[in-house]
Amino acid sequence: MAKKINLKIDGVDVQLDEGQTILDAARAVNVHIPTLCYHQDLCVAGNCRVCVVEVTGARGLVASCAMPVSEGMDVHTNTLKVRSARKNIIELLLSEHNAQCTICYKNKQCELQDLASEYKSAEEQLYIDLVPLKNYTIDNFSPSIIKDDSKCIRCQRCVRTCEELQHVSALGVAYKGDRMKISTFFENPMYDVVCTNCGQCINRCPTGSLIERNYVDEVWDAIYRDKKHVVVQTAPATRVSLGEDLGLEAGEVVTGKMVSALKRVGFDSVLDTDFSADLTIMEEGTELLTRLKKALVDKDPTAKLPMATSCSPGWIKFIEHTFPEYLDNLSTCKSPQQMFGALAKTYYAQKRGLDPENIVSVSIMPCVAKKFEADRPEMRSSGHKDVDYVLTTRELAMMIRQAGLDFNSLPEENYDSIMGQSTGAAVIFGASGGVMEAALRTAYEIVTGREVPFENLNITPVRGMDGIKEVTVKIENTVPEWNFLEGAELKTVTAHGLTNAKYVMEKVKSGEADYHFIEIMACPGGCIGGGGQPIPTNMEIRRKRTEAIYKEDSGKPIRKSHENPEIVAIYKEFLGEPLSHKSHELLHTHYKERKRY
Amino acid sequence: MTYNKLKRIDLIFQEDSECPKVLEKTFGKSNDKIINDILESGLKGRGGAGFPTGLKWKFASEESADERFVICNADEGEPGTFKDREILFRVPNKVFSGMAVCAKVIGAKKGYIYLRGEYRFLLPQLQKALDVFHREIKDLLDFEIFIQMGSGAYICGEESALFESMEGKRGEPRNKPPYPTVAGFKDKPTVINNVETLVYAYMICKHGPMGFRELGTSDSRGSKVFSLSGDTPIPGIYELELGMSLNHFVEEFGDGDTKAVQVGGAAGFCVPRKMFNDTIIGFEGVPTGGSMKVFNSSRSMYNVLHNYLEFFEEESCGQCTPCRVGCQQLIKGIEAVKKGEQKASYLDQLMKLSETMKMASKCGLGQSVANSFSSIVENFREEMIY
Repeated sequence: MAKKINLKIDGVDVQLDEGQTILDAARAVNVHIPTLCYHQDLCVAGNCRVCVVEVTGARGLVASCAMPVSEGMDVHTNTLKVRSARKNIIELLLSEHNAQCTICYKNKQCELQDLASEYKSAEEQLYIDLVPLKNYTIDNFSPSIIKDDSKCIRCQRCVRTCEELQHVSALGVAYKGDRMKISTFFENPMYDVVCTNCGQCINRCPTGSLIERNYVDEVWDAIYRDKKHVVVQTAPATRVSLGEDLGLEAGEVVTGKMVSALKRVGFDSVLDTDFSADLTIMEEGTELLTRLKKALVDKDPTAKLPMATSCSPGWIKFIEHTFPEYLDNLSTCKSPQQMFGALAKTYYAQKRGLDPENIVSVSIMPCVAKKFEADRPEMRSSGHKDVDYVLTTRELAMMIRQAGLDFNSLPEENYDSIMGQSTGAAVIFGASGGVMEAALRTAYEIVTGREVPFENLNITPVRGMDGIKEVTVKIENTVPEWNFLEGAELKTVTAHGLTNAKYVMEKVKSGEADYHFIEIMACPGGCIGGGGQPIPTNMEIRRKRTEAIYKEDSGKPIRKSHENPEIVAIYKEFLGEPLSHKSHELLHTHYKERKRY
Repeated sequence: MTYNKLKRIDLIFQEDSECPKVLEKTFGKSNDKIINDILESGLKGRGGAGFPTGLKWKFASEESADERFVICNADEGEPGTFKDREILFRVPNKVFSGMAVCAKVIGAKKGYIYLRGEYRFLLPQLQKALDVFHREIKDLLDFEIFIQMGSGAYICGEESALFESMEGKRGEPRNKPPYPTVAGFKDKPTVINNVETLVYAYMICKHGPMGFRELGTSDSRGSKVFSLSGDTPIPGIYELELGMSLNHFVEEFGDGDTKAVQVGGAAGFCVPRKMFNDTIIGFEGVPTGGSMKVFNSSRSMYNVLHNYLEFFEEESCGQCTPCRVGCQQLIKGIEAVKKGEQKASYLDQLMKLSETMKMASKCGLGQSVANSFSSIVENFREEMIY
């Protein structure tokens, strides 16, 4: 039991555990203290100083986010000194900030703007405008992330995100004093450093300094062009978060409304990435079983174990930079987005009698790295760019607002066909552990002829917010074809957030762990916590979105990928069987080593 | 006002070949006795902040930890200070001995000297002296000292930024608490003392606390090494008793035309002639880490302030808002007033800003910019405007 500390916040008694901060205490009694550099997911920096408060007896003002509570502390959050300091600090931040709010992508979604309107009087700026004196630069070379230094308030949330959550450290602090800035290795552009494009920094940037490359106008243009047939696919995790950007509570499942909105926006066909998630399970599950057979029975040294999932493009770029010696351990399967894209311009085009040249393929993703993925030169196996435009959940919300739709009052509609049908196994791709669970539901059944031995197919040990989840599944009473796996223990590990991914890979590298199958998602919580998701994202919101994902799964009539009728059909009509020649051509890919810096 | 005769003391630079013998004798005493001696002497930190040295040692010795460190802060970067360089040049073994006493008291096995980047030329001879010292104390104490080079950032003289730098990170001050005696270098209990403080600690062990205590005033015991520069016929390093009035100081060291003295470097206070008589050099008056800069009537105080602000604008680590942007605004602000682009009353706004910097900055750097700013603007306002 933590020791209890008694203190006063603005005269109100509070009791807290030792080690908590004044900010925690204030929040406990609903006293609002503004913050900028503080973020629940990150370590405390205490550098913006807007949260300063007065503590009786202390020499100056103290940063409430960084000051631990102590017995008998008497805290005042709204004295003359506090107000004056806070207002001065906000003015200082504004004097260094390119405050052209109306043309800013984050207009009305900016924490600095909120504070400015709370504290700024109508008078002119208090201090000298420093922006013209600075040689601020914009790095807009990356297909995923745009970094505009003129909007940066140097809170270092992005730096801490990149270092603590992702262990990537593509962003760091350079120079000192008035030249201090957030930068990259040798100030190289973001596309040319170890950045994985995960976009977690965007998700934590309080201003418009880090934003996704926006393709909303391009998509509108495609929609308005008569000749073009615009198909859209929606990722599993968008349906549990889109509502947040449109006035709904976190954790609301809005699948039907989202489909309805997309149709009204004008997409010719609204389809589901969940379909290709099911397809991924067929391909990846078969690949795993094939590798196991090759490695365990045929003793083939080219069959690399453990096999790691390849759905998360942030993770792919991370391993390409950080553990290139393990590229052969990655599943060769493309991500569901790219499988969908390749099929949209082949199978779908054929079935609908369309010229793939005239198909524009758009995806709605919780992800910023997907933009980079779609741009990879390997992702053109249909003969065209498989996915033309990737929009984040946030960009879709923007389109819906621009279209003037009242999202909440929209009717619920169903996905179009073909490539619109999916199972519960596919929707859980959106949460950490989902690919693992879906793969096990199918692979176990292939090998044993029975359902996985978990109640209602819910493989709960792989679910949840633990960073690393190790689960061993014992395989018994196999069907004759797979009897070499009789009695085998399939060792799996599921990790989310690249810090955890690195930890897992180091365990593999040192030989400490002998996993067979690894699921890694680059973002904390999996795709539900993706860099393209509504802002804010924090632990509580990630939990709510995850709950919604599993609710969606349990409500589905079909919950195993191999039972998806459209999947059965596509193999019968088009692909043949998993890992067939055609599958390899369209659905599988390869990776390349990238430099470490 | 306490009247103190200006007394030159020449103790600190005396060569001392008895260090091992003194250490042996000191190590024969209990840790409590040593701490009490230091406390009794009234020694306060000589870096400028003036925290009682004995207390620091006591706090660190009371923490439970598997490892502790003693660090000598030789990142002497305050404009106008050059005394530590001289101490390290002339009597490094006294510095090492001070560290050894501290190590014994707090139970540290390792000590570090964080040497200012610009003092790299001292490294070979310092290392040589250190090797001798290690041989001398081999049988007395399990303690080793390492020299870690700084890289030229002023902010790394701030103790927590210094730890960050030593750990291989960017030199940025940490949030406090925790204080170094609880979690310092590598998050272990750490005593970090100025070069001069460590020498005095050693000398107190050698001569007993009373000799030290007899010098100075009740708030500022002992003597102190001053680095004198500016408009003086005799610039240099002087060991003087604390508690003297600035008037006496100027009489002794000034050129007869002294207009102001900047006590404590860029982070210190500017004292104008009219206040010389009432200003005591010491913790009860104007504290100083040693820098004494004398300005005569030929100097423009606008230029002096501008120079300091340029320094701070560049040397701020840049992490916290009040310091990073505040420094830029102060310098741009006085420039604008001088050029007539802002009204003279804008200086009042800047004074408020400097107050915010003092109240809300994360570390001592940002907090102390207001010292020179407000003391110069208040006393030489006319020079700021015309």
